Order: sequence, then C-alpha cells, then structure tokens
Amino acid sequence: MKLVEHFKAGLDAPICLTWELTYACNLACLHCLSSSGRRDPRELSTAEAKAVIDELQRMQVFYVNIGGGEPTVRSDFWELVDYATAHQVGVKFSTNGVRIDAEVAARLAASDYVDVQVSLDGATAEVNDAVRGAGSYDMALRALGHLRDAGFRDAKISVVCTRHNIGQLDAFKALADSFGATLRLTRLRPSGRGADVWDDLHPLPHQQKELYDWLVAHGEDVLTGDSFFHLSAFGSSLPGLNLCGAGRVVCLIDPVGDVYACPFAIHDEFLAGNVRSPGGFASVWRDSELFATLREPQSGGACASCSFYDSCQGGCMAAKFFTGLPLDGPDPECVQGYGELALVGAGAAPKPSGDHSHRGGVRGGPVPVTIGTRPCVESPV
Amino acid sequence: MLSLHPQVSVRPEPFGALLYHFGTRRLSFLKDRRLLDVVQRLDGSTSVEDALTAVPEKERPAFRRALSTLEETGMLA
Amino acid sequence: MSDTEVLQVVEATVESTDVELVEEDLLVEDVSIDGMCGVY
Repeated sequence: MKLVEHFKAGLDAPICLTWELTYACNLACLHCLSSSGRRDPRELSTAEAKAVIDELQRMQVFYVNIGGGEPTVRSDFWELVDYATAHQVGVKFSTNGVRIDAEVAARLAASDYVDVQVSLDGATAEVNDAVRGAGSYDMALRALGHLRDAGFRDAKISVVCTRHNIGQLDAFKALADSFGATLRLTRLRPSGRGADVWDDLHPLPHQQKELYDWLVAHGEDVLTGDSFFHLSAFGSSLPGLNLCGAGRVVCLIDPVGDVYACPFAIHDEFLAGNVRSPGGFASVWRDSELFATLREPQSGGACASCSFYDSCQGGCMAAKFFTGLPLDGPDPECVQGYGELALVGAGAAPKPSGDHSHRGGVRGGPVPVTIGTRPCVESPV
Repeated sequence: MLSLHPQVSVRPEPFGALLYHFGTRRLSFLKDRRLLDVVQRLDGSTSVEDALTAVPEKERPAFRRALSTLEETGMLA
Repeated sequence: MSDTEVLQVVEATVESTDVELVEEDLLVEDVSIDGMCGVY
C-alpha cells in the first residue's frame, strides 16, 4: 500500500506539527492566517510549553514548525527552542526577521537542529511592503544577510503567492540564490485576515497555470509545503505527498493550547481540543472526534465524478470553508473552474474564531485598500 | 559493517516504520515490519546477508534494494 | 564481499522499465519533510 494511503487513515502521532507560540506580532500583514498582532493573555506559560515538548518527545513527533504571530518576540523563545532540540524534537521557525541580528544568526549557525524560514511576499520592497508593511522587506533581507554571513546553511525564504507577486517568481529565486537560501512558495488561503483580502489578492486563473508551470520547471529546487496539490489537476502531480495532512499527519497547537486540524483552519469547526485538558496533547490527537472524522475514508462528494479527483483530492478544506463552500465539493480555486461555479451559490463565509489583530494601526503598517487605519503605534507585547 | 546512523529516529508503525534523520531532515517510510527487523539487526557487527536470514530467499532482492536506498540516503552508515 | 559491495552489485543489476510497478515493489519510500500540507 502506498505511503499516502496509510497517511490518509491517520498516524498514532503527527510526523510534525505547526505550533503558534504567540499571537503577538510586530507586524500587521494584510493576509495573516492567524489574525495576529496582540498577545493573548491566556498564552501557554513556559512550563506548559515545556510540558507540550515533553509530550511531543514521548510521541516521537519529529519536528515542530514554530510560528505565530512572531514567535521570537516571546521572551522564552530561545529557552523553548533549546528545550525542544535537547529533547529530540527538531525545530523550524518562521519569522519576519525582527530579532535575527548577527549574534542570533551566529547562534543559529552553530546549531544543527534548528531551521529558519523568513517570510517575504514580494521580491521588491514595493510589492512586499504593500502586504507586510513599510520596512518589512528591509527587515527580512537584513535577517537573511546576517544568516548568510554567519554561515547558516539553507535558510528558507517563504512566500505566500498572490496576484501581485506571481510575476516575480524568477526574481524570488534569484533572491534566494543570492542568500544561499531555498525558496519556498506557499498558497494564500482565505484564513484569518486572508478572508478580508482574498478577493483582491488570490491569484487569477491564468496565474495559477503560470505558477504550476513554473513549479514543474523548477522541480525539487523549490519547496511548496505541499500547498499546491489542487494545481495537480493541471497535469502531472507536483513533488510532495499531494495530500491534506490535517488531523492525520499534522495539526496546529495555538498560543493558548487549542489544537486545530491545521493552521489555516482556526475556527471552532476545526477545533479538536486543548493541550491543557487532562490527557494533554496526546489524548487530543488520538481521541478527538474531529480527528476521527478526518481520518475516515473520504468519498469525494460532488468531486467524485471528476477525472481529476485522484490528483487534486478536492483541494483545501480551509479554502472551501472560509469561502462558504461545502467541504464535499470543489475548491474555490479548482483549476477546472468548478469552484467558481460553486461560489455563485455559496453561503456567507464563516468568520475566524478569534481576532488578535492590532486595534488601530501599526506604524508603517500596510493600508488595506478597503479599510482605513488610524495612524497609531501599538506594541505587540 | 552497516548500522543505523546515530541521528536517525525510528518510529515503528502498524504498517512498518518511519525513519527520520535529524541531520539531513529526510524522512523514510519502511513498508514492511520485517524490513524494520532487518535494519535493527544491522548493529555494526552483523553483515547484510546475516541480517536477512529470516527473510525468504525470493524476497531478499527487494530487501537488498531497500537497504541500498537507506544507505544512499544516509539512514544506514 | 563487503556489505557495500553486495549492495553495489544489486544496484548495477536493477533495471526499472515500468516506474509505477517498481514503486509499488519498493519497500522504502522517501518523503520530503516539507511535503505535507498543514504546516507553514
């Protein structure tokens, strides 16, 4: 039986998982999947976070993708990273670069078990800062420069593909090459604040094809986090499992200990439990009703009769949910066009369960096209 | 003599095993529990042929191919 | 023959004409750790 079939039924423990350490963030990116900005006062304490790491070690979760918000603004960030790597849990963390100075870069270069992923959404400051805020491009490149200069190997540059940056794919690759980094392209989902800008930012149909062709041409040189398996319906499958891992192979632990199927699905509908409950994370992973449902064989629903269902698997659950589409039907960006048709009759899109966005504005923050912001500086902590 | 690289974590699964190499970040999936048994017999002082004695002769070529792959990817060293 | 030599001989004689069939035969599958959706 192929690996993918075993994964669909769920594993006894995740292979890896996303762990959002904090909702605090120094930025206010327009499309933030976790609607981050302000710290939640119910955040896991250092001791609670270490207890989670102990569980992950016992379960042999191989590594965690630490994100947020901006995880490095937590004062115990390095303590937790060191604790994880000392307990057989590898760490990759996602950052906007704010705390990556020369000293931090040197420390990272000396560690074998920590990977770094710097977020960037434009190959130029103009395109990037329109989404991530004034100065964020420079901040990211500064961080990448420090990492390169310190001899850190194989940093990742992680890009969320939008209508405005799909024309910059070659430039992104060149940028990554110049820093000795690996380029990672990921899919925009209508999750968190992404829902507010989805109509303006999601790639147009011809851009999806352009992206697919580019990814095929670049093969394994470029990572995607398997987030484009819905594009596999264009032709041959992209590298990766081409499988939604939510609740089966991966999941999210959020800053207050809530366990969701996936970081793009922060909503009560996809809430499996909380790590603070008596059985901890392990019992949530193994016994939650939500995950049991996700591990049942999927029939394909309305997509079952489509000849491309085998390759696209009906697309992304979160993309469907947050555009008001039924989960047993086409993805809103279905490359055969069935999603567009379905959206015509779609219900109202659900709102994310929490909103930790900065109130007012962040100095230099991006100004969304449709919503004005009062100029005001807000500390994330 | 081959043995599991010290940076490899082995996670038995009902269907076989997952092997994760903390150095290379590679993840390998062993599809047969017997292959896991063979891998675990390779302790640095056991030869490949000795480790395969419990495997039926006609299946050994597939096992040898598998071990070759594991050596190529650094799981076995 | 050493273990490495045994395995080298095996490699030299394996031919795959039908990639899919061979994949099903393979007892080891390599997976990219970045290759599963649900992490960012």
